[in-house]
Amino acid sequence: MTQRFERSLDIKNGRVDMTHGSGGRAMAQLIDQLFAKAFDNPALAEGNDQARLAIPAAGRLAFSTDSYVISPLFFAGGDIGSLAVHGTVNDVALSGAKPLWLSAGFILEEGFPLADLERIVTSMAKAAQECGVQIVTGDTKVVEKGKADGVFINTAGVGLIAEGVDLSVHNIRAGDAIIVSGTLGDHGVAVMAQREGLVFDEPVLSDSAALNGLIDNMIKSGVAIHALRDPTRGGLATSLNEMARAAGVGMRLNEAAIPVRASVRGVCEILGLDPLYIANEGKLIAFCPVAQAQTLLTAMKGHEHGREAAIIGEVVEDDHAFVEMTTTLGGQRMVDWLAGEQLPRIC
Amino acid sequence: MCLAIPAKITELLESDRATANVGGVNHDISLSLVENVAVGDYVIVHVGFALSKIDPEEAAKTLALFDEYHAAGARAIADKAAEGDA
Amino acid sequence: MKYIDEFRDSGLAQKLAAAIKNEAQGARPAAQPFRFMEFCGGHTHAIFRFGLPDLLPPEIKMIHGPGCPVCVLPMAKIDAAIQLAQRYPLTLCTYGDMMRVPGGQRLSLLKAKAAGADVRMVLSPHDAVMLAKDNPSREVVFFAIGFETTTPPTAVIVKQAQALGLKNFSVFCNHVLTPPALKWLLEASAEGADGVPPSDGFVGPSHVSAIIGTRPYEIAATAYGKPVVITGFEPLDVLQAILMLVRQVKAGRAVVENEYARAVTAEGNVKAQALMAEVFDLRDTFEWRGLGWIPHSALKLKDAYGAFDAEKRFALEPSTAKENPACQCPAILRGAKSPEECKLFGTVCTPENPIGACMVSSEGGCAACYSYGRRKDE
Repeated sequence: MTQRFERSLDIKNGRVDMTHGSGGRAMAQLIDQLFAKAFDNPALAEGNDQARLAIPAAGRLAFSTDSYVISPLFFAGGDIGSLAVHGTVNDVALSGAKPLWLSAGFILEEGFPLADLERIVTSMAKAAQECGVQIVTGDTKVVEKGKADGVFINTAGVGLIAEGVDLSVHNIRAGDAIIVSGTLGDHGVAVMAQREGLVFDEPVLSDSAALNGLIDNMIKSGVAIHALRDPTRGGLATSLNEMARAAGVGMRLNEAAIPVRASVRGVCEILGLDPLYIANEGKLIAFCPVAQAQTLLTAMKGHEHGREAAIIGEVVEDDHAFVEMTTTLGGQRMVDWLAGEQLPRIC
Repeated sequence: MCLAIPAKITELLESDRATANVGGVNHDISLSLVENVAVGDYVIVHVGFALSKIDPEEAAKTLALFDEYHAAGARAIADKAAEGDA
Repeated sequence: MKYIDEFRDSGLAQKLAAAIKNEAQGARPAAQPFRFMEFCGGHTHAIFRFGLPDLLPPEIKMIHGPGCPVCVLPMAKIDAAIQLAQRYPLTLCTYGDMMRVPGGQRLSLLKAKAAGADVRMVLSPHDAVMLAKDNPSREVVFFAIGFETTTPPTAVIVKQAQALGLKNFSVFCNHVLTPPALKWLLEASAEGADGVPPSDGFVGPSHVSAIIGTRPYEIAATAYGKPVVITGFEPLDVLQAILMLVRQVKAGRAVVENEYARAVTAEGNVKAQALMAEVFDLRDTFEWRGLGWIPHSALKLKDAYGAFDAEKRFALEPSTAKENPACQCPAILRGAKSPEECKLFGTVCTPENPIGACMVSSEGGCAACYSYGRRKDE
């Protein structure tokens, strides 16, 4: 290309300003030199207002969207960029689909350092590459200082569900085993600890991860998986309650079987929180007939994101759709929906 | 009332503050309300303040008590069962 | 985690449960179970969280007491805090527990924050005083609540604020005292007043006792013939206390026993007591939700610390808010009713939409019962 007669973007010291969202040359420059460069793929390179995509095989499409707002933007084990890729890839993959394409919408706050933006965009590109998806279309808006918290990202994702794959909450039935893919509460605690100034002997990292590889292993195991869900906001307890209500069943958990790291328990004791309600970004809950649960568990443990998978309970008939738990002491209690936000407490 | 947890003192800091560790998690607390606390001691922490030192001997005694009662309870149950057999 | 995990051991819990069963079985006719009140919300929370009712025989009935600082604070005090945050250009710091408690007009500190008031959650009062130190041009008020456990830390920060010469820091003091409330309950229980049920004994506070010691409870044993067992918040502590109470009652004894000797001594924390005495004065009277006005049951800042007293620094109009008459929080707090006996429980009043404070605090009888205790057959 011939010389464009413009200064290149000062990523090292520059900051987002209103012109980066105004539709003019500055915006085009930001897109070219940052986003298009990092996310590079044929559909994006066409430079149209939309991505034109060929559907690779027969089947159904899975389509999902999510917005990412998090403080701090960079946390132990990830950042808002990798989170925005993993979260949407997971939402698509939990249908049993192979995730293919993502869109990325950025809302930037005036004054946000371009160096931080580059870090986030690079992290997104890396995350997308690792889980085999392409970021094929995007959008950028800039809002005045104080009207956003640095950067907000929305991603939407499309994946292809192969013929014969049918994962849905409505398939869950009494007699299903409930399996989680690993320890609970890592993401929420990593972020919270950073905010509250808690320091770990051994770092607790966010579990932010793309689960499509694990899910692929699980489907290949041949087990009749009924449904998958990722226990993000509201944690395991809230996800199970949502699913119990949607499926019209009850769930019975065994507290002693639920994997939680000691340091996550420690933070929960200090802040008066319950790990069952804390967000995860790289964990899933699986439902399959009890008879096949061990086979599925073995398949899960064979993948790096499922090493600490565990069978934590069973689906039962229950018109109230209650989730109940046998406590570590052998008593019974409800595991209710999260009420409001979980706030640190002193009593 | 009053969520308070046992934490191990891992470091003494300036102005009556210390680092306390719970399950591998460290946080800053105040020692203004306690006396003679040393590194390695366990204290009960509430709203960021140590309220009292944990007495390890008393803790051991209490734990032993649980088992003792159990032994007595088990004996009584066994006795009752024996009566039933007779 | 040392001193936590050992006291949650399931094997020992089963053994303790068997010992309780063995001790209680047949000791009372079915219609007259042992009735013990756990004074503290912390015990209520532990009982539900660990599913302890399933480990107890039908001969034991637990009554939930008023020891939840969030629950006993009357609505007028919540309104006063909201008023402070909304009317004056200041930062109101408070514990997370207070954020969702409903005041009048269904307002809460969380809603006031959403409407623009500067309300911040702190994990420690130390954070509030540091905020004031770091922002000398910003007025910072700490909304202090809680029993004797939470009071000494407030005393420390008031003295700290004085030592730092802070001009922009004050405390809205709502600290309350355990012994007057216990005495109120003992009296009401003995007379059957206000629907307070008779009880056979008390599970005594854990961390309040770490401060005040075991002696203030003697009156329960000596003047009212009720045994008290001071115990920790871990489930084995609670079971052990119940066992000790059953044994006392069966033996016709009524003394104060200390199961929590690892953290509680007879004299308590003398240093903390001295600090409290230095900074606070008794109020003539104070209103408790459920128990009404109790003389000498709460603290205010001494005149010498008047510069740090938010009540002196900011004019507050008295709240005219009325509690919802159908809300049974008051009766539940004094053990006169169980949450399920309230018409609003689980219908109008839920954790998402609380009418009374007992549905907000995780120590509140209603919240514990709703979140942990519902059963489909009830």
